[in-house]
Amino acid sequence: MGSIASFRLEPKRGLARVFALTRLGYLMEDDGCKFSMKRRDLLRMIGLTAGTAAMYQAMSSLGFAAESTFKQSPQLQGAPKGASVLILGAGIAGMVAAYELRQAGYKVQVLEYNHRPGGRNWSLRGGDTFTELGGFTQHCQFDPGLYINPGPWRLPHHHHGILSYCKKLGVPLEAYVQVNHNAYLHSANAFGGKPQRYRTINADYRGHVAELLAKTTQQGKLDAQVSKEDQELLLESLREWGALDKNLGYVRGATSSDRRGYEQDPGGGLSAKPVPSEPLSAKDVLGSRLWANLAAGEIYEFQTTLFQPVGGMGRIGEAFGRELKGLIRYNAKVTSIQQDDHGVNVTYEDTTSPGHAHVARGDWCLCTIPLSILSQLPINVSQAMSDAIAAVPYAAAVKIGLQFKRRFWEEDEHIYGGISYTDLPISNISYPSTGFHSSGKGVLLGAYIWGLNAFEFTAMTPEQRIRKAVEYGSQIHPQYSREFESGVAVGWHRSPFTMGCFGVWSEEARSQHYDNLCQIDGRIALAGEHASYLPAWQEGAVTSAIDAIGRIHQRAVAGARA
Amino acid sequence: MSSKTNKVLRQMLCGVLLWCCLAPAHAQSSDNASYSRTSFSSANGEVVFRSICQGCHMPDAKGAKGAGTYPALTDNPRLASPNYMAAVILNGRRDMPSFAPKPGPKDRFFDDATLTDEQIAGVINYIRTHFGNRYDDRISAQEVSAMHP
Repeated sequence: MGSIASFRLEPKRGLARVFALTRLGYLMEDDGCKFSMKRRDLLRMIGLTAGTAAMYQAMSSLGFAAESTFKQSPQLQGAPKGASVLILGAGIAGMVAAYELRQAGYKVQVLEYNHRPGGRNWSLRGGDTFTELGGFTQHCQFDPGLYINPGPWRLPHHHHGILSYCKKLGVPLEAYVQVNHNAYLHSANAFGGKPQRYRTINADYRGHVAELLAKTTQQGKLDAQVSKEDQELLLESLREWGALDKNLGYVRGATSSDRRGYEQDPGGGLSAKPVPSEPLSAKDVLGSRLWANLAAGEIYEFQTTLFQPVGGMGRIGEAFGRELKGLIRYNAKVTSIQQDDHGVNVTYEDTTSPGHAHVARGDWCLCTIPLSILSQLPINVSQAMSDAIAAVPYAAAVKIGLQFKRRFWEEDEHIYGGISYTDLPISNISYPSTGFHSSGKGVLLGAYIWGLNAFEFTAMTPEQRIRKAVEYGSQIHPQYSREFESGVAVGWHRSPFTMGCFGVWSEEARSQHYDNLCQIDGRIALAGEHASYLPAWQEGAVTSAIDAIGRIHQRAVAGARA
Repeated sequence: MSSKTNKVLRQMLCGVLLWCCLAPAHAQSSDNASYSRTSFSSANGEVVFRSICQGCHMPDAKGAKGAGTYPALTDNPRLASPNYMAAVILNGRRDMPSFAPKPGPKDRFFDDATLTDEQIAGVINYIRTHFGNRYDDRISAQEVSAMHP
């Protein structure tokens, strides 16, 4: 899932990052030193208007989340004798808290709505059943070993917190492929709807930009801004960056084909002479808008290396569940949270035998219930926290897993992992980063949808969603219709345990409510991705839990001394 | 730099930058039952209900219960006030996002799912006259318009 941390970047830094994204960033890094070109000149050059400034800022708040604050596990020690913490929710936040608090000596008890641990950390595998709100039930028909992660599916290498728990719990990881130069970029309106290889668009976009800038430089049009000496460096770098020939042209030949691919690849023997390919025209590349997804893998969270647990993201939640065996009460639907001077009473219902109110009590309560649900529950906290709980709308997202009779994307198209992007409503197709080159069946992510189309797909039945994903996907992979076997589709607003995908903080809401949400209120503290600057990421859940229990522990210890 | 070059460069450079803040302009093939922001702006009240509202409030408008509740839009006394309904759609409520178009930075998650005042009036009037609801009064786009925050 993406991250939309909405902090305000200091403008200069934000722009530098924006330039880094264009790969022309190094032009900017040494402000006014190597180049006489000033920041504002460059801004003018790319036509930065008020409107685009707003978008830069929007993008900053979308793509560039802060690095995880995680340094190491809290190593809390010395829980007051007999002190207890009641944890609501056995997702990543709740289970990290339970793991650490138990270690510190607290009596820990966890209430979980689902019949399984993990929450949104979850894999759907063959034999699994999922009933969404409205009663629509799906029976996953995938073959053994095949799965889909309806929730989080990738672990950035700098999400140290969640990675550290993978290590502690013995969850093996493998590489998750984000960028695949042989995957597709597709638009129904470009190149007659024919998908283009990422490699081709990437090389041609860069090549043409480089050539254009080189010509502009050679024509003396940058003389006022760039010294002659630096112009030489600029030209040299553009030749390298854009795969230009000796005349600084982006043309058919070995240099460009080494980036964009050959018409006939080099080989051995007599029939082996490589045939270079013809670049697409600058006009066609620009007009296609396929450049729109070129930078995806350059966003901080998607930069190589990324990981995934072997066997599915759900392996983390399952491992936590085993580790905390006996502490988690499943099928427990929380109906009320009430604190007094000495502790917190939580009323819940056993969903397998409803009608009876049970009460659990702790000296402290760490509540990780998503705000979508918590905002409906009676809870006696301050008005400020109460307002914060009610201030965060939840994003719609839909993921659809499709099983095919064979891994045609590998066998026919040589796509091993990675993501194809499309402007069709399915938005992207992601190929499994596991089981490479194996024969037999395969499951791919046939749609990962946000925004309006996610609302629409949520409003469909699961069967309709799957049918649509197969229809749209066939425009990119014609093999779909022959090879499709079965699918599962999860629309997160229909998920009974979250009623939405994740909390979307606007800048206004964050400045007004975020601190109030995260403060300990009497004996209650909240944690989860919604209580972090890393929304939708498991790292947000981990770090918010660690932060909250650290503060609970301080208070508990101070209270015991008093 | 010539203004033409300037323009091309601007397009090229900006293009790279916008991928994640602009929702993709979804293509509309002939079989396309899905909408882009542009095509959706002409959807009527019933289509808005079928495309968005029923995701949570369910196709029969009876709502749903899980760990929390999606309220029913049938037998619900709050429906007596179309203005209340308009306020919820315009402002959002708890986990339900606002469907009013918003100025300022674009939001990847909600930006393309906005409704015009006419659509908001349309879907309210549709709900209040279907699913067993029999309200005689109607809300107009003008009334919705006057309620914007």
